[in-house]
Amino acid sequence: MALVENGGRQATAAPTSPFAIELKGISKAFGPVQANKDINFAVPRGTIHGIIGENGAGKSTLMSILYGFYKADAGQIFINGKLTAIPDSQSAIRAGIGMVFQHFKLVQNFTVLENVILGAEDGPMLNSSLAKARKVLGDLSREYELDVDPDALIEDLSVGHQQRVEILKALYRQADILILDEPTGVLTPDEADHLFRILNGLKDQGKTIILITHKLREIMEATDNVSVMRRGTMVDTVKTAESSPESLAELMVGRKVLLEVDKGTAAPGAVVLTVQDLKVKDEHGIERLKGVSFDLRAGEILGIAGVAGNGQSELLEALGGIARATGKITLNGVDLPLTGAQANGQTRREAGIAHVPEDRQHLGLIMDFTAWENMAFGYHNDPKYQKNALFMDNDALRADTEKKMATYDVRPPIPGLQAKSFSGGNQQKIVVAREMEQNPDLLLIGQPTRGVDIGAIEFIHNQIIALRDQGKAILLVSVELDEIMSLSDRIAVMFDGRIMGFSDPETTNERELGLLMAGVGGKA
Amino acid sequence: MDYDTLMQILGSTIRLGTPLLLACLAGLFSERSGIFDIGLEGKMLAAAMAAGAVAALSGSAWVGLAAGIGASLIFAALHGVASITFRGNQLISGVALNFLASGITVLIAQALFGQGGRTPPLVGSARFHPIELPFVEALKDVPLIGPLYSEVISGHSILVYAAMACVPLSWWVLYRTRFGLRLRAVGENPAAVDTAGVSVVSLRFAAVAITGVLCGLAGAYMATALQAGFGREMTAGRGYIALAALIFAKWRPWQALGATMLFGFFQALALRPDVVEGVVGMKVPVSMLDALPYILTVLVLAGFVGKAIPPRAGGEPYVKER
Repeated sequence: MALVENGGRQATAAPTSPFAIELKGISKAFGPVQANKDINFAVPRGTIHGIIGENGAGKSTLMSILYGFYKADAGQIFINGKLTAIPDSQSAIRAGIGMVFQHFKLVQNFTVLENVILGAEDGPMLNSSLAKARKVLGDLSREYELDVDPDALIEDLSVGHQQRVEILKALYRQADILILDEPTGVLTPDEADHLFRILNGLKDQGKTIILITHKLREIMEATDNVSVMRRGTMVDTVKTAESSPESLAELMVGRKVLLEVDKGTAAPGAVVLTVQDLKVKDEHGIERLKGVSFDLRAGEILGIAGVAGNGQSELLEALGGIARATGKITLNGVDLPLTGAQANGQTRREAGIAHVPEDRQHLGLIMDFTAWENMAFGYHNDPKYQKNALFMDNDALRADTEKKMATYDVRPPIPGLQAKSFSGGNQQKIVVAREMEQNPDLLLIGQPTRGVDIGAIEFIHNQIIALRDQGKAILLVSVELDEIMSLSDRIAVMFDGRIMGFSDPETTNERELGLLMAGVGGKA
Repeated sequence: MDYDTLMQILGSTIRLGTPLLLACLAGLFSERSGIFDIGLEGKMLAAAMAAGAVAALSGSAWVGLAAGIGASLIFAALHGVASITFRGNQLISGVALNFLASGITVLIAQALFGQGGRTPPLVGSARFHPIELPFVEALKDVPLIGPLYSEVISGHSILVYAAMACVPLSWWVLYRTRFGLRLRAVGENPAAVDTAGVSVVSLRFAAVAITGVLCGLAGAYMATALQAGFGREMTAGRGYIALAALIFAKWRPWQALGATMLFGFFQALALRPDVVEGVVGMKVPVSMLDALPYILTVLVLAGFVGKAIPPRAGGEPYVKER
């Protein structure tokens, strides 16, 4: 292999321990928050090791310590049986650790080659480094199905290919231990399968892989062992083959969790929403939504599946009155304005549409404002919040917020707390409470459980079902296929700004949906 | 306009374009690393005063040049500490340094020389003088080539030739060296550099230091070569014009040469209203000609030259994320 000539570290690292990584007593606090408490865990060499846990369980902190981003307050790290200090990323790389972050660390207007050699150049001049990297990349891509054009600019590559560049970067630095943080969040099922084939190939070559994910299914499919974290502690490490999704979920949350959504059959009523040939252009004049048509009935959940960026966001924005559109939207028999001053969130709300936007931190909340102030957004003209012609009735708003926080189990239930002080799940519950409590005819809900803990996911899913059972129409957009399949009464798959086809969640499967999501099959 | 006049104007284009070119390249290094620098003007002014004063006191233009670079580096270090170490707002830091330079230069010059905030006129070896290149006499009578060689190519100070050499040198550093690759990367995505195990802070300080040296050259050139001494506000907005040229050039060295020479050409025209009158056929007010570079700047900034995409991480202090 072409790799051995560079450094020769692999040859000297004679295995003295069966473990590639061993952590002993790792603790890390941020102020009063104990992010990691006395973590002990070991990863056998040549295995794929999963780490799961809710948001804030301390997975990322632990991996950041391993990659030299943070220094642990206490504890020791052993790499291949050798006590190793990792004060910075450079030391982690030298110790043979490579990291693929959830948000890629690539320079967009550099070529693949330039990104690969960045920080790992052979000398002060670039030419020899580039030539060497070209050769090594060729070898690696043949060996591990990691094909990418070395001269392509990153910004021209698909997300899946960008991820391969990140893996190549780590392998070029001769990583023996590869850490992947939520690697499949942005991939189609097909791309994810490809990624797991790559990871298995790497494992066969003796590399050790740590996979951080919140998707239990991936843990079950891909890993040999799995460690579960909860509130900063390592709860347990088990062999994957001897565990089940239910037992892992229980370990994560600390109580029994219903993974399957418990929902009765739908009783669809009259058509509430009709969308005909809806088109949206972005600010560069590029058509993002290329003519979408569907009906949505009362008491029905229509799930929109698809890889992020295929027009789902534009569909929600057009329906919510945020984006200008052409075509036709009819709600309860009345045409809604698509352009002009009347096409805005205010008029949509008055027409009976509530909107839980995909990006709650930018569109759903103002993070520096308090919970009760956020609770007024979009409904600040509601007569029940007015004291008189001039002033709002803040006391009524606070009391109202307190009531909604109790109903939606927002923790802590303090209306005066700033939105940014709540966890992701509780922020989402605030938005969901605000929108659902307005008793809309149609609820638009985008990525309802992105960055939300398992416990809160269960709660939000139940609220969505309850709203459907009250006879409301619900348009659900999610990139989580599991979520779409368990909640929807009907599924539409979007690709490249179009609906590729409709499926029945009872009869379809992931493979079929995955093909539609990749633009294969269905009606074009 | 005859050929000889055109050559004279091109010659003065180069003389007037040189400080713009140096300042523009200075801004290029800083901004390519992700540090916006609106304080080019202040650094040039500080360098001009230091160079003028030290050259007057020591009688050596070279010592003056070193003092100019030193003064500019101090200002660059302040900007670096404010915007890199303390992650302050880069625009505010730059503006503050411009104000500081504007006041302190006059204050020091007045305290040292008591001549109303100027330095004494520089003579002899306290000034960089034009260099006569070889063969000027020999080529003098060759048509076309002769005047071109003697007016445009020959007869500039050593600093002009140094500035011209900085263009290919900058290109080579940016696109052919490891340092350049990392510098361009840190201005686009510092997280990529950080996770690759390279220090974002050192890279940015290195870039800011290069900016300091180049601004020092520009300021020293103004006081010891273009003119004979420092005068109050002598840079007259050249730091801002250089920033406009940088946008015009889309943050690339060769284009920076073109853009700054275009601005230099307008400044040269403003010095020759007689020629302009001859070409246009009517009397153009001198103030109108003086305004030309600024009008072009406004047009450039208004986006009439196509969309210029600045380095993506520009202006943003780098904070390691969890």
